[in-house]
Amino acid sequence: MSTDKKISIDIQNVTKRFGAFTALNGVSLDIRDNEFFTLLGPSGCGKTTLLRLIAGFEEVTDGAIHLYGQNIADLLPNERPINTVFQQYALFPHMNVTDNVMFGLLRLGQDTSKAKARVLEVLELVRLSDFADRMPGQLSGGQQQRVALARALAPSPKVLLLDEPLSALDLKLRQAVRLELQQIQVQTGITFIFVTHDQEEALTMSDRIAVLEGGRVQQVGSAREIYEAPENKFVADFIGETNLIDVTVSNVEKGKGSCVLPGGAQIICSAAEGALVGSGHLSLRPERIKITASGKGMLEGKAVRHIYLGTDLHIEVSLTSGSHVTVRMQNSTQIKIPNVGQSVGLDFEASSARLLVD
Amino acid sequence: MYTKNVDLRHFTGFKSLTLLCLFLLYAPLIIVMVYSFNDSNSITRWNTVSLRWYYDLFYGVDAPKFKTAAINSVSIAVMAAISATVIATMAATAMLRAGRFRGKSVSFALINLPLMVPEIVTAVATLIFFSAIGFTTGYLTILIAHIVFCIPFAYLPIAARMQGIEDVYEQAAQDLYATRFQAFRLILLPLMAPGIISGFLLAFIISLDDFIITNFVKGAGVETLPTVIFGAVKQGIKPNIMAISTLLLAVSVGFVALSYFVGRMGEKSNPTTTKQGD
Amino acid sequence: MAELPKVNPEGLAKTYSGFGIPLILPAWIIIGFFLVIPVAMMLVYSFLTKEFRGGVIWEFSLSAYDQFFLYRGLFGDSPPVIEWTYISIFWRSIWQAGLATFCCLIIGFPTAWFIATRTGRNKTIWLFLITIPYWVNLLIRTISMKFLIRDNGPLNEFFLSIGLISEPFHIINTNFAVQLGLFYSYLPFMVLPIYAAVERYNFALSEAAADLYASRTVTLFKVILPTVKPGIVAGCILVFVPSLGAFLAPDLLGGAKNFMIGSLIEEQFKGAAGNWPFGAAASMILLSLVLIVLTFYARNQTRGQI
Repeated sequence: MSTDKKISIDIQNVTKRFGAFTALNGVSLDIRDNEFFTLLGPSGCGKTTLLRLIAGFEEVTDGAIHLYGQNIADLLPNERPINTVFQQYALFPHMNVTDNVMFGLLRLGQDTSKAKARVLEVLELVRLSDFADRMPGQLSGGQQQRVALARALAPSPKVLLLDEPLSALDLKLRQAVRLELQQIQVQTGITFIFVTHDQEEALTMSDRIAVLEGGRVQQVGSAREIYEAPENKFVADFIGETNLIDVTVSNVEKGKGSCVLPGGAQIICSAAEGALVGSGHLSLRPERIKITASGKGMLEGKAVRHIYLGTDLHIEVSLTSGSHVTVRMQNSTQIKIPNVGQSVGLDFEASSARLLVD
Repeated sequence: MYTKNVDLRHFTGFKSLTLLCLFLLYAPLIIVMVYSFNDSNSITRWNTVSLRWYYDLFYGVDAPKFKTAAINSVSIAVMAAISATVIATMAATAMLRAGRFRGKSVSFALINLPLMVPEIVTAVATLIFFSAIGFTTGYLTILIAHIVFCIPFAYLPIAARMQGIEDVYEQAAQDLYATRFQAFRLILLPLMAPGIISGFLLAFIISLDDFIITNFVKGAGVETLPTVIFGAVKQGIKPNIMAISTLLLAVSVGFVALSYFVGRMGEKSNPTTTKQGD
Repeated sequence: MAELPKVNPEGLAKTYSGFGIPLILPAWIIIGFFLVIPVAMMLVYSFLTKEFRGGVIWEFSLSAYDQFFLYRGLFGDSPPVIEWTYISIFWRSIWQAGLATFCCLIIGFPTAWFIATRTGRNKTIWLFLITIPYWVNLLIRTISMKFLIRDNGPLNEFFLSIGLISEPFHIINTNFAVQLGLFYSYLPFMVLPIYAAVERYNFALSEAAADLYASRTVTLFKVILPTVKPGIVAGCILVFVPSLGAFLAPDLLGGAKNFMIGSLIEEQFKGAAGNWPFGAAASMILLSLVLIVLTFYARNQTRGQI
């Protein structure tokens, strides 16, 4: 695939150690110009550390970070044309909204009248024009967050870093803000690097996602790529729900693996790079499994539990081989739901399964 | 389960002891205050209420002595408090915002050292020091000694306030192109202002009130308010002593109260936590 | 709502890292120059020879410590005899300070307990009331105590007027007066640490004890006191140490007969009768005593015994 896209942030084999603790271990990423890029991972995976390295609040122990080709390792945070939206918003409590948003512009030497005009422009963008004279203490969480965003956008940075900015908001608001953020990114054309542990956020907002865990990049790709074609158990498990099925791999060739399912059925499915012959795991999404009559499916088992979720019904099936599999059915009147204790067969298409790296 | 009519926090007699305690603490002071308004030459016989002794303080025989002493006390207190506040602010910034550096743990002990050495020992040591280097005792030696023991008192409210301010604000400032000095001046300092003022007021009153160290290092020519009061008491308690004591009492209480309320006010008007939810 | 991670993974704010030493330097200079070095000089002086009319002659001599402990020098003709005068002054000071600490504890503990168990605004009000007297100049407080208890002072006047006594109670210039003075000076120092400890005390423990049939007295001694001990110890130290080196209370309330360490030291630096090395030596001994107490306390803290 041609990559004539400009690279905005180039992270080259970055390692960060805090004493004996290694927060990041040999991380390499290319973040493209005008991209909404997400760093996704659980707490402690290193995503916030990476963000702080890009912003300049920490120094790399090893490796390099380039901004549009320029090495920024030696630059202090105030020397980098990168701005951050902090998780706690960090609005200056003793200044009103306008002064907060104007802060960066004044430090860059702009004169007050031009700065004020820009402030109004940006407040318009985040739809807070009426709040220009309020103090941060008078704003709600959602409003503070928008001021933080405006403040970071006002100096027109080359890259905008967002550190879990939505985690303090309640659900309805979060969903509304997600959409707004995407629109703002498209409108301004600035590269957004977004950090979150919420995979739904990552999947809905990003152009590309990097999944991190234990200080390493587990996988990089678009939402679809990561969901449909996870590389390893962690990614498969972390993104959405999946079933991990023990299989015996007889052959791996050209991105496809020949596997023997428990119960004897054989399939050929896509394989992650690095999958090996021998015992392995298949990732199978619950919504891709169909329940059919006992004896007629690729896997055989007994329905042991119903989990009622309103729109969906999750059926837990205990395979004859011993392990459990979750099947997702729509709560529709047309589909016959197996009773608890009933023997069932499970069917799925080969393209729905993926052989993982162990 | 039977109901207990026992309040587990209550012990008989504790309340009475507390009241006794308060009585013991306030009685002498109140009596002095009351007698300072006593229009009578004798300090023990009660006559009528009058401001006579206050008048005497300002215009009587001893007035010049008190006036000079008061000027010395206040001027030294102002200068010592300013110096101590500046030094303490810098020290607090180092201890709380400068990461690790060599000698950091010793520094903490050093800042608190004046509090741990008994006052009389400090007084003796200071006197010996100035004598050994041939520095004549007087106004300047008092000032220097005061700066030393004012530092920990200024440090306490300043450090407490700074600790409560998360460093994320300064990081945000730097992120927005402020140099570290600008971050300090425009963000940290304004947010810390209540603590700094509080520290200043505390240092001021500590300096104003000091007797023992001042007495030792003042030499023959200089008097401060406490030393002049002490000298007068040695000659017998006169009514105008009651008056000046009451005045000094009021000033002390007023300043400490001010220091406390300024600190509290700062907390309320510049909350450094974010509101949750919408 | 998700848990907010620490902004700083190391938990150490380092906005101005690199500037630590220049920023702390003024404090080092002032305190180093004008406290640490003076104390060192004081140590040196204690080993020098006394000069007539105050001051010193720069000649090494053990005579100061000698004089302190022994009647006739180690190097005299007759065998040394222990000089009790000064040791007894020290001993009396320790005793007075200890007694004052004890009195403060007896009255201070119930007071602190009472205040800490008030609710809401009342608690703050009581606390305020207890601490306000402390804000007053120590000299003023001591003077007012002196005024109160003197022979023809208001207290005696009151007792005489109600016929309790026929002659004034001679309180001033006694040990008791000094005790009163020390108690009065440092009581809040006992109350505040105990208050802080009691405030943090988990009353569920008392309830558990009551559940197990313990009476309130037993609960007090077996459950509450051990938990609150750190506060009690802190309070005792905060009263004992200043009392040991106190000057104003013994001087204004005790008169010539009730010398304590503070008065003894002060005397050495007044005019012609003074003996600077001796004063320095006495100060060193006082300082050592205090440092021993503080070190003991610090050691116990770190070992978690307190």
